[in-house]
Amino acid sequence: MGGVIFGYLAGVIILLSILVITVKNPVHSVMFMLLMFFHIAGLYLTLNAEFLAAVQIIVYAGAILVLFLFVILLLNLKDELRMKRTTWSWPLGVAAAGALFIAAFLSLRSFVPGTKGVITTAVIKAETNTKVLGRILFTEYLFPFEVVSLVLLVALIGAIVLAKKRQRS
Amino acid sequence: MVPLNWYLLLSAAVFFIGVAGFLSRRNIIILFMSIELMLNATNISLVAFSHYLLDMRGQIMVFFIIAVAAAEAVLGLAIIIALFRNKATTNVDEMNIMKG
Amino acid sequence: MNIQLSAMMIMPEIIMTVLALAIVVVDLFVKRKDIVALLSLITAGVVAYATLNGSSGEAFSAMYIADGYSVFFKLVFIISLILTILISVKYIEIEEINLGEYYTLMLFATLGMMVMASAGDIISLYIGLELMALSLYTLAGFMTHNTKSNEAALKYFLLGAFASALLLYGTSLIYGITGTTNLKAIAAYLSVHGVAGNPALMFSLILFIAAFSFKIAAVPFHMWAPDVYEGAPTSVTAFMSVGPKAAGFAAMGRVFLIAFGSLQLNWAAILIPVAILTMAVGNVMALTQTNIKRMLAYSSVAHAGYALMGIIAGGSEGVAGMMNYLMIYAFMNMGAFAVVIMLNTKESKGDQITDYIGLAKSHPFASILMLIFMFSLTGIPPTAGFIGKFYIFMAVVKAGYAWFAAVAVIFSVISAYFYLRIVMLMYMMEPTAELSLSTSTGTGLALLIAALAVISIGVLPSGVISLARAAIAGF
Repeated sequence: MGGVIFGYLAGVIILLSILVITVKNPVHSVMFMLLMFFHIAGLYLTLNAEFLAAVQIIVYAGAILVLFLFVILLLNLKDELRMKRTTWSWPLGVAAAGALFIAAFLSLRSFVPGTKGVITTAVIKAETNTKVLGRILFTEYLFPFEVVSLVLLVALIGAIVLAKKRQRS
Repeated sequence: MVPLNWYLLLSAAVFFIGVAGFLSRRNIIILFMSIELMLNATNISLVAFSHYLLDMRGQIMVFFIIAVAAAEAVLGLAIIIALFRNKATTNVDEMNIMKG
Repeated sequence: MNIQLSAMMIMPEIIMTVLALAIVVVDLFVKRKDIVALLSLITAGVVAYATLNGSSGEAFSAMYIADGYSVFFKLVFIISLILTILISVKYIEIEEINLGEYYTLMLFATLGMMVMASAGDIISLYIGLELMALSLYTLAGFMTHNTKSNEAALKYFLLGAFASALLLYGTSLIYGITGTTNLKAIAAYLSVHGVAGNPALMFSLILFIAAFSFKIAAVPFHMWAPDVYEGAPTSVTAFMSVGPKAAGFAAMGRVFLIAFGSLQLNWAAILIPVAILTMAVGNVMALTQTNIKRMLAYSSVAHAGYALMGIIAGGSEGVAGMMNYLMIYAFMNMGAFAVVIMLNTKESKGDQITDYIGLAKSHPFASILMLIFMFSLTGIPPTAGFIGKFYIFMAVVKAGYAWFAAVAVIFSVISAYFYLRIVMLMYMMEPTAELSLSTSTGTGLALLIAALAVISIGVLPSGVISLARAAIAGF
């Protein structure tokens, strides 16, 4: 059963990601990507990561992709459709990516995972995924968590500075 | 249970599809989406590791990656808007004022 | 985990954050932006003081490490921040980008670098790196009405995000292999298990090398550097060529020498050709440039190659050599950019190499300073550049790579051609056009600091050398 679900999700994810990078119209790309994000969220559910599945949909599908769509519609779509899809060196790029994938395939085939931790399914069942995640996030990972708030602030300042129409003083 | 390697291969496939898109497309927004594909591939392998290693830290890392990806998307699209104001194109081949 | 103790340890970062946020608010009410610049300078000074007087140890579950190594790098970042602010005040007025956000973004970028230098875990390293990178993308595109600046920001952004993705994928594999992202825990795991039977480890090592090569602009991932350096505002270029590069090396030192310390033979085998190619491409491509910002971009690629030799040599000598080199590079490169910025006036951009023809006749003082910085970048004694190169080459020879040092010396000789060509143009040729300089107190002060540092380190190197040696005592 698990194998069938994984097979379905994996097949759809790969198919959609190929479509994202090959279709001509960026709006279609975004739509395929949206569908792909839902399937990735499904994959997270099979891996006991309910919180991340929710975040994946809320942040990626709900915020990031909407932003993409907004910008694409702001720009001129007609010109997009007229221009060529790929750079002149695209066979090189695809070949390089393919070669790297084969290298990754060969090196990942015999993957030996490292030291096992203590968060078993039983622990997650007893405490719920979000609680376990939250406890680690706010103890062990407190420092990066605080710094991330500054990353968001910088993105905010940066976006305002760059996108705002400025009077030349 | 599905073996860990299947997840890793899925993640590698999506990652290198993203790389292929980044290296071959012209449209800046698609390039940007290719990078998002790569980040999502990384997230898949991290969540899989987290599950198979019985350890939560992989999921924490995914949490951070999603937060930073959101910030990156905001800034990247702001840069594209700033460029579009002056130039009205999203074609990388036209980014050639500077040659060298 | 003791929160109070941890909070005390990250005091420099806390002070930087609080003051930078205060400047964001103050900027709303202050019309004169040079006051914002002054406040930023004060912030840098306070943070430098806090850094030098901070306690050392690990904080926040080893997410953060305060040691001599991080203190030394933080000083390099703060030096480059202070010099950049000094040369910016006049420049951003001329370029009509005189906004307070310029300074706050510089402060946040420096904060990101400080987090990187202190990172004890790949996650805090990554977050620091992104804090730095997002601030720099904005700064590169700060001249929003200028297409070149837009392009620079876009290229920097796309390639930077691509490099981050490579870094993350490498991290995810390391996490799977070792079950941890803590640098010391990775080292402990790898020293027991080694590479044997785990080809994924080599794969992730390559991903790490590729990602860091982007950040320090090493070949074959250097292509963004000339375009971004040319398009970005010159003051930002000056900052980018020093601070973030040093931060990249700081992170690289921690990742490769601590986490991957037991794999030194493996990564050195990849990094040696990378370093040689970096020096070759940087120095050879610089020969043909006509734009001084592009020339300095290729020169900074070449200098990344020299500094990389320090990491390859490894050991305390190599790391001290690398740190020492980056400190010296900060002064000499900032000095050179300060002169380049002086040539930028309302009337002319002054970024062509031909603009330097006959500069010695009209502006002898600026020329003599440029001469000092060019000599130092070439590595001619008695300037600081010679000391930097000397110690790094000595470390490489001691590590048993004498031929490698010889190759680097050959490339240094090649570099003399394009650095000294500027000197030749300034002194040997008659001026063709009337040239005015945009001088200001800030630029003057920056030039004074940089020139004094270059000369005094060149004549009396023991201070910086012993500082770097002391800094790596606990590394």
